[in-house]
Order: sequence, then structure tokens, then C-alpha cells
Amino acid sequence: MDLVLKGLNIKGGYELPELYVDAVSDVSLELHRNEVFGIAGESGCGKSTLIKILYGYVEPPLTLKNGSVELYTNDGNTFNISSLSPDELRKTAWWRHVSYIPQNAMNVLNPTTRVRNHFTEMYTAYMGLEKSEAFGRAQKYIESFGLPNDVLAAFPHQLSGGMRQRVVIAISLLLEPNLVLADEPSSALDVINQRAALMFLKNAQKMLGNTLVLVSHDMGIQGILTDRMALMYAGKLIEVGETQAIFDNSLHPYTKALVKSLPRLGDKADREGLKGQPPDLRQPPPGCRFYPRCPHSRPICQKEEPKILEIERDHHVSCWLYVS
Amino acid sequence: MLEAKNVTRFFGYGFLGRVKFPAVDRVTFHMENNPKILTVAGESGCGKTTLARILLGFLKPNEGTVFYKGRSIHHLRRKERKWFRKEVQAIFQDPYGTFNPLKKVDAYLFGTAKNLLGMSHEQASARTEEVLGFVGLFIKDIMGKNPNEFSGGQVQRISIARALLPEPRLILADEPVSMIDASLRMNVLNMFKELKKKQGISFIYITHDLATAYYISDEIAIMYRGMIVEEGPADEVLLGQHHPYTKALVSSLPEPGKREKWLKEMVNPPGMEVKEFLAPNCKYADICQKKSEKCLKEKPAVFEVGKVKVACWLYE
Repeated sequence: MDLVLKGLNIKGGYELPELYVDAVSDVSLELHRNEVFGIAGESGCGKSTLIKILYGYVEPPLTLKNGSVELYTNDGNTFNISSLSPDELRKTAWWRHVSYIPQNAMNVLNPTTRVRNHFTEMYTAYMGLEKSEAFGRAQKYIESFGLPNDVLAAFPHQLSGGMRQRVVIAISLLLEPNLVLADEPSSALDVINQRAALMFLKNAQKMLGNTLVLVSHDMGIQGILTDRMALMYAGKLIEVGETQAIFDNSLHPYTKALVKSLPRLGDKADREGLKGQPPDLRQPPPGCRFYPRCPHSRPICQKEEPKILEIERDHHVSCWLYVS
Repeated sequence: MLEAKNVTRFFGYGFLGRVKFPAVDRVTFHMENNPKILTVAGESGCGKTTLARILLGFLKPNEGTVFYKGRSIHHLRRKERKWFRKEVQAIFQDPYGTFNPLKKVDAYLFGTAKNLLGMSHEQASARTEEVLGFVGLFIKDIMGKNPNEFSGGQVQRISIARALLPEPRLILADEPVSMIDASLRMNVLNMFKELKKKQGISFIYITHDLATAYYISDEIAIMYRGMIVEEGPADEVLLGQHHPYTKALVSSLPEPGKREKWLKEMVNPPGMEVKEFLAPNCKYADICQKKSEKCLKEKPAVFEVGKVKVACWLYE
């Protein structure tokens, strides 16, 4: 399989005075070319931290304890992201090969300058274009995405939140990176703007044929947009597989509960939530971290951590239920 | 039980707030006495929270009146005000905001029971225990703990228990589950359903999430730019979708299983901040795909389609 990124045994968290928050614990994953990969899980499960580590944006208090992240670009280069500092990455890999859309990205635009300057700056700084040429390129670029041209002349505050989000997405794709990491790109938007922003991302991914990683807690969005997905729980990767398989044939009890509790229009059947709450990551429990809430827990779950195993073709799960 | 008649509230913006726009525009609805759950749904900025604050009596409308059991809630005498506070309770989006962060949760609940209800210490403690039981908690779970020692889902449950203390008849819940994780969200919503069934409490559920709205509500009102554009039984509104805006909302709802359709039709919401609040015509006309001449000129009247009321000229 054609790989874009390989993360091996990633362990990272927040080093605070006298305590350590184990946000991402022993996560391995592979991202393929030309796919939309989803990362789902509840708030505090470590999905945003994982994305930051994959991007190489590791600054204190976030520390990488163990593991490696490698990025393979289309032109045959390999970047060992986990061993490069943010400054080095900024000069070589970021924007050009991998870009990151952080949470609440619609507020990252500089409020004192027009939107067009955000684009022209990218062209002049990264591609060495003249300013006059850069503006023409920006216009063509914006049009290719079907965005109205008058957006360029506006100040960020004159645009609606949804449009600002689409502008930020367009900027992040400007240098046609092989990998785009989007952290909750639509969570602050209402459903209609959310759909517009997500379709915008999806269409851009199709156009460029690159890889999009979509972090979202919303299983509805995951189900509609992603090809493959991973579920995280309390810093662990618990299930990875094709999205269709995750929904139709979920393996992990946590995934099952999430899929089952999803309300749908036209279906008023009672839905149950889970009992309890995720463990405190300052002192993660031994064994399976889902154990205290699991309806199928067995004695072994409390003692030993289940390994992540391929149970069906391309469908991995970390649960003792599937180990005989 | 609760009736809103032509409720309008203006806010000013621009230089010294001289330009006025209606955040809530002639909202009219009523809730009968039998227990039910009414959802007010709409996007951010549609005026649903302003409406909630008016219904709770925090904010006075510029025009129109709200009646609770026949009395105008913005003209209550002191004694009636206390009665209204007991009858109508609220639950908010951020449950941590409900509690004093420096006070132990159990002390806060005791205090509320004593002060608001004038109970003795024994009565207050019995009542606290009782309401905690309604939300599946025990007094030992909360004893001596500060609000920040609980997770969001738990604090929201405690805030529901707090709202239940004075035996309210109506609870207004403004986005009560939007900060709660998906695996716990259904527990809170199921609790509303159960309280309605077992204790006959009515709810006004304010949300942007149509899927949960469908799950718990009997009736639903869809708001757009301060106006109710469609209102009626939840099934008929959300599955029938009469107003073009309701159609757009429902079709944009991400549900696994409608992947093909969701990705096929392109939507193009307006890119610039528009002054739709001020429009003298139908406020949705700018982006409506079914607009006619009339929509651009006149405000839509309300038409009845079966049990649903729709504010759209399509149904003239």
C-alpha cells in the first residue's frame, strides 16, 4: 500500500509540574495516499494531541516520550517528523507537504488586513512570486474552488464564519500538500455552513488526490466523509478499519455503544448512553482503559492491556473479547 | 400553560447602537397544560437564546407578551415572582456556570432548598436526596465536592437535580447536551423523557441539533433570523419539511447512510454577513431556491398545512 505517513508506538502527553497527563499512549497508525481518514473519540481522548504530534508541533508542555512519525512525500522524500524541531519543520515540511487546520481555525486570519494579503503572502514567501503576479494567482486559485472573488477584497470580519473557515481551508491547501490534518474543522458552524465547509474539504481532497485526516467527535460526520477511521478512547487507539465496517460491524464495545447511541431522524427507538466516565489520564488505570465502563468486562481486562490485533481484513481492534 | 404572543425584542448595533434589529421577531406559540417537550431549533444567531431569556423573565420584550398560566410574566408582583421562579426552572449549556465554583455542590443544593423553598434542614436534606435520586445519583457521590471535581456530564445531571428542587412544572433547557460527550448525551435526554412521563414536567428544549430534537420532542418550532418559520408535531415538521429552510437544515444533517446524497448536492450559504434581520421581505428569500416575486416584497403570512404552521408564501 502506498503510504503517506507512518506513526509507530507514539507516546506523548503533557508534562506539568509534578504530574504527567498521558494523552496519547502507544498509538501506531498508517495513512494511505488519496484517502479520507477519520479520528473519532470524545473530548479529552487525545485526538487533538495525536494530530499535533503527527504534524510535529510538539512544544512544551507537550512532550513526545516515545515513538516515531515519518512522512513520505510524493516526490520521494522522507521526513522524520518526530526528530525534527518545529523550526526545522516550518522551513521544510509544513505547508509544502503537510498542513494543519487547528480547532477554531476561522479565527486565525489577521483582522487588520484584507483576505487577499493572506494569499499573496503565501505566494511571495513560499513560491517567490512577485506581488503583482501573486494577486492574479490568488484570484484564479479562489475561483478554482468556486468561492466568490469579492472575498479577496474583504476584511475577515466582513465574512461569515462559514466563509472564513473555507478561506482558511483554501490557504492551507495552497501549496498542494500531500497530507492535510484538520482538527474539528466544522464544530463551530451550524449544519448548513458545516456541510459547505466539509464538502469544500472533500472536493479539494478529490481534486488534489491527497490524504485528509479529519478529527471529529461527530460520528455522523465521520460516517459521511471518511473512507477509513480510527477510534480513540482515553489516549489509546481502540479500533481502526474501513468506515463502513466500523458502522455496520463495530467490534469494540465502546464503538458499538457510540454507533448505537447515535440518534437518527425517523427513528424514535430508545437509545442508551454509556454509564460512567473516561478515566483520569493523570493516573491511567492498568489493563484496558475502557474496563470500568465495559458491559463485557472480564477479570483479565483489569490486569492486562489488550494488544491491537487485526481481527478481520483491515479491521483492527484492541479488546480481550477477540482474543481466545 | 405558556403562551407567547407577538414577542419581539430589538437589539441595537452600529455606532452607539442606533441601528435596531429584531433578534426575536413576532414569535407566537403556546404550550398546553399536558406535559410535553417542545423544541426550539435553529442555527447560532437565530435568536433562540434571546427567546429563552425572555421566556424566563430575564429580558423584557419590546413588544408582545408572555403569559404563564394566564399571568404576564414580565408584570408579576413580588409574591407571584417567587411562585414563577419555582414553577419555571432553567438548565443551561455550561453546567459549571450554574454552580458557585467556591462552594461545595451539596452545600449549594441544601442552601437552594432552604432559601428558595423555605425548608428546614431535615426537609432540605430529604428533598436534595430525592432529586438526586431522580437523576441517578446518591448524596454520597456529591458530598463535600467542588463543581470542578465532576465531569461535564455529571455536573449537568446535578444541575438538573438542582432545577428539580422546587418541583417545577416547566423546565427550559438551553443547549443542555452540546458540551456533553456523545456516549453520555443520551442519558441526559432520556432523563428529560422520563421526567416528563413520570412527573409530568414539560420541557422547552433549545438546540441546534435536529437529531436529538427528533428523538425527544413532541413538538418543534424552527427559527430563522428571529422568526419561527415552521412549527408543529416533530414527526410532521422534520419528516415532512414544508419550509425551504427546514428542508435545507434536514438535508444538511450528517447521518451515516445518506453519504451519496449528502455529498452530491452542493450547498452555498452566503459568504458575507448579511443584514437579513432587517429585511422587510421574507428573511430567507436571499438564499431560498424557491423564491418568487412576492417573497422579495412581502413578509410571509402563516399558513396551516395539516397540523403544521408554515410561514412561507409557497403554501398560500
